[in-house]
Amino acid sequence: MSARQNILAKLRHSLTGATPIADNFNEQLVTEPWSYAPEQRVAQLRKLMEAVHTEIHLCNEADWPTVLGQLVLDRQLPSLLIAPATPHGRRVSAHWDVHPELPPLKAYDRPVEDWKTELFDDTPASFTTTLGAIAATGSLIMWPTREEPRLMSLVPPVHFALLRASQIYDNFYEVQQKQKWAEGMPTNALLVSGPSKTADIEQVLAYGAHGPKDLVVLILEDA
Amino acid sequence: MNTQARIPVIEVEEDFRERAHDALGDAQLRGNFRRAMDSLMTKRAVAFSDPEEREDLRTLGNAIRARALSKLPDLLEQLERNLIRNGVHVHWAETVDEANAIVLSIVETHEAKQVIKGKSMVSEEMEMNDFLGARGVECLEADMGEYIVQLDHEKPSHIIMPAIHKNAGQVGTLFHDKLGVEYTTDVDQLIQIGRRVLRKKFFEADIGVSGVNFAVAETGTLLLVENEGNGRMCTTVPPVHIAVTGIEKVVENLRDVVPLLSLLTRSALGIPITTYVNMISGPRKPHELDGPQEVHLVLLDNGRSQAFADSELRQTLNCIRCGACMNHCPVYTRIGGHAYGEVYPGPIGKIITPHMVGLAKVPDHPSASSLCGACGEVCPVKIPIPTLLRRLREENVKAPDAPNQVMRGQGSKYSRKERFIWNAWAQLNRSPALYRVFGFFATRLRSLVPAKVGPWTQNHSAPKPAARSLHEMAREHLAKQSAEKSGEQR
Repeated sequence: MSARQNILAKLRHSLTGATPIADNFNEQLVTEPWSYAPEQRVAQLRKLMEAVHTEIHLCNEADWPTVLGQLVLDRQLPSLLIAPATPHGRRVSAHWDVHPELPPLKAYDRPVEDWKTELFDDTPASFTTTLGAIAATGSLIMWPTREEPRLMSLVPPVHFALLRASQIYDNFYEVQQKQKWAEGMPTNALLVSGPSKTADIEQVLAYGAHGPKDLVVLILEDA
Repeated sequence: MNTQARIPVIEVEEDFRERAHDALGDAQLRGNFRRAMDSLMTKRAVAFSDPEEREDLRTLGNAIRARALSKLPDLLEQLERNLIRNGVHVHWAETVDEANAIVLSIVETHEAKQVIKGKSMVSEEMEMNDFLGARGVECLEADMGEYIVQLDHEKPSHIIMPAIHKNAGQVGTLFHDKLGVEYTTDVDQLIQIGRRVLRKKFFEADIGVSGVNFAVAETGTLLLVENEGNGRMCTTVPPVHIAVTGIEKVVENLRDVVPLLSLLTRSALGIPITTYVNMISGPRKPHELDGPQEVHLVLLDNGRSQAFADSELRQTLNCIRCGACMNHCPVYTRIGGHAYGEVYPGPIGKIITPHMVGLAKVPDHPSASSLCGACGEVCPVKIPIPTLLRRLREENVKAPDAPNQVMRGQGSKYSRKERFIWNAWAQLNRSPALYRVFGFFATRLRSLVPAKVGPWTQNHSAPKPAARSLHEMAREHLAKQSAEKSGEQR
C-alpha cells in the first residue's frame, strides 16, 4: 500500500458512519462589516495603505503618465522596468518618447533566465497595473500575466502600481464573486498590501525586508 | 559576548521541567517574551474591536474547519485532482522520513546544491535543514526570524515570530560574529544586512521550499501569507518550488479562505491582512516568462491521522497556526518556546506534539498548563484546548492494558501506586462510615504529617490537617443547637 492509500484509508475509516457537516457559510459576516459607500472607498483604501507606508498619488486618465514620470525623476531612479505589450506599458512608452529627460525604460519581454542578473542587480524600479483593490484591507489585486510577469512586482526595490478607482472593491469576498475567481485561477494571484516589511527583531517594524522597499500607487480617478 | 549562551537551546538533553526551570531563571529571556507577548495581545485586541463580530467570525471559522475535516479524504483527493490538472506534482508521506525522502529525490533529480526556504513549520517537523545539510545540500531559511535562529544553530521559539527570544543586541552580535559585519543594534540596518545576504541566495538557489497556509480543494490553489516577500521569492525565483504541508490544511472552497485569512492575520499579528497573500495554482505555463518550471506539493501525515481518528481530539486539526494561544498563555510567556523542546510550543504544541512524537516522549506537556482557559478563549477556530489538555492527561495515565488505544505513547504516566491511591480515595468518598473514620484519624494524627511530601513541598509548605474536620465541627454544632432547642421547649 502506498502512503497515499494508507492515509486516505485511515481517514475514511475514522469517518465511518459520520455525515459531512453542511455548508452554512455566512456571507453577511464577510461582507456587511466591510462595505463602504462608493465615495468612501478611495479614502478607506488610502488610510489602510498609508498606515503601512504606501505612497499614494491621485491622478486622472490624461495625466497619470506625467505623474509617473515626475515621480521617477524626483526619486532619481536610473531606469524603470515596464511591461511593453500592455496598454498601460504602451502609454508609458509613448510618454517617455516625447520626454527625453526621463531615464531609460527597460522591458520585461524575455524569460527571466535570459536576464536574471540584470533584474536582480540593475533594475531599481518597476511599473505594473493591478486588477483592482480591496478597501476593507487596503490591498492591491494582481494577477501577473505573460505580458506582465510575477517578478516585476517583487524584485525591483521600488514598485509603482496603477489602480483605477472604479476597480476598488469593498472586500475580498466581493472580489472573488464579481471576478469569478473560483472558475479559474491564474498561475499566481496576489494581494499586495504595502511594501515588504518585517517585525522579526524585537517586533520593531522595518520596511524593505525582501520585496520592494517602496510601493507607490497611482490611483486613477475614473469613477 | 556570552549573551546567547544563556538561551536554552533545543538540543540540550534535559527534560521539560529542567528546561522550564532554567528559562524561569533567565531574566533576559523572560523580559523578551513578556514584552513581545504583551504587545501581540494588545494588537489582537485592537484588531478585534467589535466583540460580536469577533465571536461570529470565530464561529464561522470553526464551522469551516470542521466542515473541511468532516470530508477530509474527499477534499484531499479533490485537491490532488485539481493540482495535477494545474500541472503540480502531488506527493504523500506518512512520516517525516518519507517526506524527507521525497524532497531528497526531487533535489537529486535536479542535482540541486542550494535550497532556499520560506517559513514552514512542517519543514521544521521534518528537520529538513539538517536532513539536507547532512547530504551536502545547503538549506537556508529566508524568513528574517528563521534566518537568525538558523545562523545561531537554534530552533524557532515561536511559530510566527521565530526569533522573538532574542533582542536586537543579540542579533547584532550574531551578525557581527557570523557575517563579519559591524556590530549594530539598529533594527533597520540589521534587516538590510539580512536582505543583502538573502537576495544573493534567492538568486542562486536551485530549489525553493515553502509551507502552505490554506490548500483550496475547489481550485487547486496553495495560499501563503507573509509580510517579508521571502515566501514570494522562494516560490517564484528558483526553477523548482516544493511546498510541504500537513494533510489537515485543506479547505473546501476559495471563499472559505476569506474569513480564515481575516481570523489568521488579526489573531496572529493584529493586522487586517499581511503584506502578501500569495496564491499559487501551478507552475510556469509554457508561454510565461517567470515562475518555477516545476511545482511539487508534499502532503504530510506525521500523526495527524491519529488525532483525526478520535472525534474530540480531531479538533486539534482545526488549527490555522496563528500563535494566538501562545501569545496569551501565562506558561508560554514565562518559559518561552524552547523549553517545550519540540517544534510546536505553547498550548497548541501541547495538544499536537503528542500525536507527532508520542505522549511518552512529551509526558509533561499536557500537565504544563494552569488550565486558565485563555488559549481556548482566543483560538480563532475555537479549538477547546483546555478540554483537550485534560483529555490528554487522562490518556496519559491509562493503564497499559486499557482497551482503547487512542494514541501512541498513551499511559506513559501510569503508576500502579497512584492508581491505587486514587481508587482508595474514591472508595473513601463513597462510604460515609469509612470517611468518618478517616476524618477522625487524619485530624487526631495531624502532627505526624512529614515536613516533606514529594513535589508539593518543593514550592509549598506541607499541608497540615485542621484539628477537627468541618464534618465533625458541623455535627457538634448541630447537636448543640438541637440540645438548646429542646431545652427551650421544655
